[in-house]
Amino acid sequence: MTRSGRFLLWSGIVALCAWVLVPIYLIGVGAFGGRAAAFRWPKGILPVNTSLDQILVFLRIEGVANAAMNSLIAAGLTMLFSLLLGAPAGYALARFSFRGADAFRLMVLLTRAFPLAILALPLTVIFIKTGLYDTPLGVSLVHTALALPFATLVTAGLFQGIPREFEEAAWVFGCTRFQAIRKVVLPLALPGLAASAVFAFVISWNEVFAASVLTVRERTLTAYLLTVLSESPIHYRFAGGFILIVPSIVFIFAVRRYLFALWGVTSR
Amino acid sequence: MAGIVIDRIEKTFGTAKALDAVSLTVADGEFVALLGPSGCGKTTLLRIIAGLESRSGGRVLIGDRDVSDLRPADRGLAMVFQNYAVFPHMTVFENVAFGLRTKNAPEEKVRRNVMRAAELLHIEPYLERYPAKLSGGQRQRVAVARALAVEPAVLLMDEPLSNLDALLRLEMRADLKRVLQEAGTTTVYVTHDQTEAMGLADRIAVMHSGRIVQCDTPMTVYAAPATTFVGGFVGSPPMNFVPIRNEDGRARLDGFEATAPGTGELLLGFRGEDVRIDAPERGLSFAVAVAEPMGSHVLLTGTIADKLVRVVAPTGIRVAAGERIGIVPDPERVVWMSPETGAALPRIIS
Repeated sequence: MTRSGRFLLWSGIVALCAWVLVPIYLIGVGAFGGRAAAFRWPKGILPVNTSLDQILVFLRIEGVANAAMNSLIAAGLTMLFSLLLGAPAGYALARFSFRGADAFRLMVLLTRAFPLAILALPLTVIFIKTGLYDTPLGVSLVHTALALPFATLVTAGLFQGIPREFEEAAWVFGCTRFQAIRKVVLPLALPGLAASAVFAFVISWNEVFAASVLTVRERTLTAYLLTVLSESPIHYRFAGGFILIVPSIVFIFAVRRYLFALWGVTSR
Repeated sequence: MAGIVIDRIEKTFGTAKALDAVSLTVADGEFVALLGPSGCGKTTLLRIIAGLESRSGGRVLIGDRDVSDLRPADRGLAMVFQNYAVFPHMTVFENVAFGLRTKNAPEEKVRRNVMRAAELLHIEPYLERYPAKLSGGQRQRVAVARALAVEPAVLLMDEPLSNLDALLRLEMRADLKRVLQEAGTTTVYVTHDQTEAMGLADRIAVMHSGRIVQCDTPMTVYAAPATTFVGGFVGSPPMNFVPIRNEDGRARLDGFEATAPGTGELLLGFRGEDVRIDAPERGLSFAVAVAEPMGSHVLLTGTIADKLVRVVAPTGIRVAAGERIGIVPDPERVVWMSPETGAALPRIIS
């Protein structure tokens, strides 16, 4: 690579990293730096008088614990549903050739093309009728609809990467189709399945619109913070923002190897 | 232990006929190689025997039992795959034990069979390792051990050596022959490599576009091919075919003359090593194009009556490209083919 080429590559890398990391860093500084740090201008590079006070105060705000619990339930259920529905669909896409398989692949993505804002009113009506309104279960159902396309397509790629011969060998050596899946396919797919599960979790955890529309008292953390924070001082907003970011970062960091593998980037 | 009867198996993909009423009987303990170029249907046939592929017609019997509609698991067979298909998340021991475990064999039997199979294939040192730590050759040994550990009635092998490099293949071939002779298992072995088929099999079934064109012992397939295709596919160099005219029972070309069956235009088939080299005016007139010294012999490539011909000459022969020499095929070993059908004509015993 030429000198200028290398320079372009590295400046690109630095710019992309900065694009993601600088805002996160600034939120972190604001969250731990107290009122002074939040209002200081120009912003300092290094955090000043860091303390956990705001985070702790924030966590003690009434309703935060309940909202966090709702978020966990909704995200957990979303993870469960999208895997239970998405993995079999992905397996079918990977292993069987059936009429309309390609169309199905496309259609699955189209669920994301529906603007939630249009669906919000009818959904609310139906949810009130069925008693799903204002429950984490109801929120998780909508979130599952959002996460399912990814779960299906990602697991399809995952199962495609497991040679058919492994299954055939299992059949020849005495397994039924389900035994072969349990003994051979699932153990090999497990890391990838875990990754797509976490992905579904993060999608649900971060989703705010549907969660705000479909709940009143039983809000998820994102929806709750959205209402609470708009009325709080700015350094508390930083603290709330930080708490919202952390789980996603931790999860994505934990499964980064599998995400890379899913996207075809080899990681060493 | 069991024999296999393949009874008029058909397979169609859409409108294409992949297998056209193929029948084959494999005796108990026999080793049959399915040999043919890619796309001839040999792997499809093997997979139908295994139950991994559906059939469009016909029956498969294993040990007198109709297994056509049984799941692979219930057919009492084992299989070795081309890419080994050794499970990466299990140790070598668990891989070899896999078939026994799914059948809930007692622990003592599992251990005994695994150890015996491991010993047979010299993989005892790796039993606790994971396949990722093994070479291709070692993985293939594990795959064979896994198949033998279940003491199958029938063993199916799908090009098991084709992913190994040349030297390893030679070594593994000799080992396979030893191991399978010891085990005495009925074996069907798919390959496109005629040397593998020649070296390993009791009988070779040569397949061509969805049919078995000849099924016989390796030496018969080699010396008396049923069609020009078999002659050209089996043996290296392939059998030579030269058009020749038969008048009143004597076929003549250049200075060569022999008693021949049929009348009119014929194809004279002979192996490159079944010839005597003579003066240009005697025998078939051979225009040498290339002479390749191979160490043990010299391979001569050229033309007879504008047909490409390869013959094997002893080392020390002095022939240069562009020269003409006489080729006299051994009349005892020539074959006669019909140029229209490509099928062998009955030999005349004189």
